[in-house]
Amino acid sequence: MNFLSENIYYIGAFSLIFIGLYIVLVKKNLIKVIIGFSILDTGIYLFLITLGYITDGTAPIFSKSGLIADKMVDPVPQALVLTAIVIGVAVLALAISLAVKLYEHYGTLNLRKIKEQKW
Amino acid sequence: MRKLIGILLLLIIALGIALSLKEIPFGITKTIIGDHFINKGIEETGAVNIVTSVVVGYRAFDTLGEITILFTATIGLGALFGIYKKKKVNLEIEPPSLIVFTGTRFLFPILILTGTYIIIHGHLTPGGGFQGGAIIASAFLLMYLGCKGKRINENLSKVVEALGGLTFVALGIVGLITGKDFLFNFLSKGEPAALLSAGIIPIIYIAIGLKVGSELAGIIDNLIEKSK
Repeated sequence: MNFLSENIYYIGAFSLIFIGLYIVLVKKNLIKVIIGFSILDTGIYLFLITLGYITDGTAPIFSKSGLIADKMVDPVPQALVLTAIVIGVAVLALAISLAVKLYEHYGTLNLRKIKEQKW
Repeated sequence: MRKLIGILLLLIIALGIALSLKEIPFGITKTIIGDHFINKGIEETGAVNIVTSVVVGYRAFDTLGEITILFTATIGLGALFGIYKKKKVNLEIEPPSLIVFTGTRFLFPILILTGTYIIIHGHLTPGGGFQGGAIIASAFLLMYLGCKGKRINENLSKVVEALGGLTFVALGIVGLITGKDFLFNFLSKGEPAALLSAGIIPIIYIAIGLKVGSELAGIIDNLIEKSK
């Protein structure tokens, strides 16, 4: 029980990552695969933020005097995730547009039925 | 069979990750570079928000690359959908209800104002170009939902997008000429926590905000145009 409460953030983040990976590996529908990639993305953001967290930490912003630098969380993972979220949205839109094109060309979203695709 | 192999593979990966994560305790340590950014960030960049000083100060060149990824994704989407814009299939779309229409007209200016505020105060408070740009794009998404038939001016959005990217690169080149590095902070840093402080950081963030906002709005425009 102690193990669970100490590592609950890591467990949550990796649950999301593994759910996403499982969807990508197993599902046949292209839209579901894209949703899987999106869930995988979310898990990675959570994991990166978790790595920088400090117990009872504050945001790394000196908005008022009296904030202690040692109590602030790590700014580097936050900076990485900040840009990654916006890029994730754009790449998701690109993936969906490719799926639309595939559907127009083959008439199906089932990856097993698209002959040129090895999945 | 496929499911079995998938689960087996994931279990092996999970075992490996669990063994390596055992060495990283939760909520205790910080990286050395993160400590340096927090302790020296204000005097080196002038920005009170340390995350901003990392994104557009220390790692500005990296941010330029990430913006390029965003640009490439938008260009790819435009190239995929732009070809078929000629033959329009006119489907009769039901106009939005009065409540949605009125709510859109009420919320649109507030969203634009909030986005602008968040972009301009990126070096002082939580927020910045990426977040504010996303808020501005959400205002345009609301416009597409609430007022059927209205569209953003495509040429203007392209000009704004190009202007944002150009400002970023031009500032970098000016830094290269006046200082010694690309994206060197050549303006005065001012006193911390003032609106006009941190040198070129707010200017770069405004450029990023314009670029992200117009690009995300362009993505929405392309996708909605396609669904008609």
